Amino acid sequence: MSSPPVPSIGLRRLAGRMLAAAAALTIGLAASSAQAQETFRVGIVTFLSGPAAESFGVPARHGAEFLIEQLNRGAAPAPYNQVGFGGMRIEPIIVDENGGATKQVQELRNLYQRENVDAVVGYISSGDCLAVAPVAEELKKFLILFDCGTPRIFEDASYRYVFRTSAHATQDNVALARYMRARNINAGTFSMINQDYAWGQDSRSDFVAAMQQLYPQATANADLLPKFGAGQYGTEISALARANSNVIYSSLWGGDLQAFILQGAPRGVFQRSQLVLSAADHVLQPLGERMPNGTIIGARGAYGLMSADTPLNRWFFDGYSQARGGVYPVQAAYRVTQALLGLKAAVEKAMAANGGKKPTPEQLADALRGLEWDSPGGLIQMKLGNGHQAIQTMAIGRTRWDAARRQVVIEDIQRFAAECVNPPANMRSQDWIKAGFPGAKCDTPGN
Amino acid sequence: MQLALTILMDGLIYASWLFVVALGLTLVFGVLKILNIAHGSLYAIGAYVAASMVTLFASWGLGGHFALIAMLLAAIGVALVMGPLMERYLLRLFYGRDEVVLLLVTYALFLILEDAVKLIWGVNPYYVSEPYQLFGNVAFASLFYVGYDFALIGLAVVCGIAVWFALNRTRSGKVVLAVIFSREMSASMGVNVDKVHMIAFTLGIFLAALGGAFTAPMISVQPGISVSVIIVSFAVIIIGGLGSIEGAAIGAVIVGLARAAAVHLMPEAELFSIYLVMAAVLIFRPEGLFQRAAARKI
Repeated sequence: MSSPPVPSIGLRRLAGRMLAAAAALTIGLAASSAQAQETFRVGIVTFLSGPAAESFGVPARHGAEFLIEQLNRGAAPAPYNQVGFGGMRIEPIIVDENGGATKQVQELRNLYQRENVDAVVGYISSGDCLAVAPVAEELKKFLILFDCGTPRIFEDASYRYVFRTSAHATQDNVALARYMRARNINAGTFSMINQDYAWGQDSRSDFVAAMQQLYPQATANADLLPKFGAGQYGTEISALARANSNVIYSSLWGGDLQAFILQGAPRGVFQRSQLVLSAADHVLQPLGERMPNGTIIGARGAYGLMSADTPLNRWFFDGYSQARGGVYPVQAAYRVTQALLGLKAAVEKAMAANGGKKPTPEQLADALRGLEWDSPGGLIQMKLGNGHQAIQTMAIGRTRWDAARRQVVIEDIQRFAAECVNPPANMRSQDWIKAGFPGAKCDTPGN
Repeated sequence: MQLALTILMDGLIYASWLFVVALGLTLVFGVLKILNIAHGSLYAIGAYVAASMVTLFASWGLGGHFALIAMLLAAIGVALVMGPLMERYLLRLFYGRDEVVLLLVTYALFLILEDAVKLIWGVNPYYVSEPYQLFGNVAFASLFYVGYDFALIGLAVVCGIAVWFALNRTRSGKVVLAVIFSREMSASMGVNVDKVHMIAFTLGIFLAALGGAFTAPMISVQPGISVSVIIVSFAVIIIGGLGSIEGAAIGAVIVGLARAAAVHLMPEAELFSIYLVMAAVLIFRPEGLFQRAAARKI
């Protein structure tokens, strides 16, 4: 049996091929090494001081730090297990949001022009969001608003470079009204106390409109608008007590909400009226047994104690709690996490389309527009504002102090599908509510 | 009638809280001619130290009414440490400079103290709500009030009378009044003006810290509580007349009643009502209600 003929290659040709292969390998390794060392700089703007720090700003910072550390180690679960953003190490630059909208505009310019960040993820205050969005657009730089609630951002303007990866305040108030209606809560009369700025006023308008639809016979009594950071609510509590409504609604948050509860509970107003709070999950741990039992609360999403039991959520909830000495994550930590996961998904989508290069702001914007991704708080869908505004699952529940566990627990949780409590893409929130929620899809429970 | 009584009571409760803080502010201005923006930070520090002290007392088994002593000791401690330190080693360096310079110095101090508070106590809230329940509830005008609120009215009355009595009925007080009217003349008569400055400033800080300490049980003590109190305190002493104790009392009552009336009758005008009253007073009494027009010294 003869051996098959071996192709004869000249020694010189062989040496040439080996040299070419070695050169290609060297170049390939160098390129791979360059990508491994390349970083993606993210400006993260959150309250590190001031009254919003404790409840929102610092939990958001902790959430971002936890997630970025996990992503940079490639330790996050699939589909987020690629190191950093598309192999690029994430380098956060954290900036304090305190100081007012004018300062934030300047800080945003600094982040883009001096710190050369590739993207900014930030802003808790609705006032700050309204101020910085046009600036990012003017500079043609990529911006994700991760927390602020006013619906006006994408309802009053349209942007190419600006996105919001969490739902706006409309769903909080529509879900609250739906929750009460589903349980036949007596809400023949209701009173309200909200802060006198964009968040408080927009929340109030949405709640009133939702109540008019679901409780058409209900009448509003006291309608209070104390200033942000008032601290003293004795007079407001007297006004609420005098009104003696069936329901007291509030979008107060942070230290203001805690002071309101501490001053109102001893005067018995929350025993005579059903307290309904649109964004209160973050005060449950600090207030503990001071939190009135039976309060109906929202968390601006299906977050924390109201989140769904998914592998991704278990990883985040347990990992964050462990890193923070037993303090579990609340809404702001969830929202910054879903923003950064959305950014990761957009970066990697853009890189897949551009041959693996770091994406430009335009490529990032194209990638994030209309995107959907999983987060610890559920599926995030960029369905409103021409694909720039997210909708997500919403949850409402009732508080109860669990003496054995020494913590407030949330019971009777109802989850609402995103499209049950958010307007369709072609309608403004107020118009949608006033028209009786046309197109709302409430048959499927939230995931 | 019931509404009027509710407005009156809510206004007085708010005024009592405001008066204790504004009294310190107006005293410092009267003696040192300094508009102390850092006054709000000392209010916050008083609240923080009180929260820590009440917790410490509770850990020693000294709960209940001992908490009130802890809060009082907290205010005294803050005043004795911060008063001499700030007056002697900072403000004194700027005496004789333009009033705007002193205003900026106290503003800088305000910013420094805000960060110092965060460094010491962090950003997490402190709760000492137990003292708020000490006096039970009181029914008034068909509503329930917390007895602690009435205790605050008593505290404000005691503070006002004590400061007025000390200034007008004691020898030391008359010396302070002499410095208020003319520090140069007082110095030439042998009064130790520096000492008077330090004592008056320390007393002013004590009142700020006392306001903070006794407010601590009603709120979650956390960064940012200093801002709102200083703004509305300025409104009070401008209405009453800078440096006037009677003015601070009347100013606090006016602001308290105006705010309470607005919340009950026209909530959207709550903030506006305070500044409307202030503007109205200044139109007719540019120097404030209790400030006499003074001849300019050359």
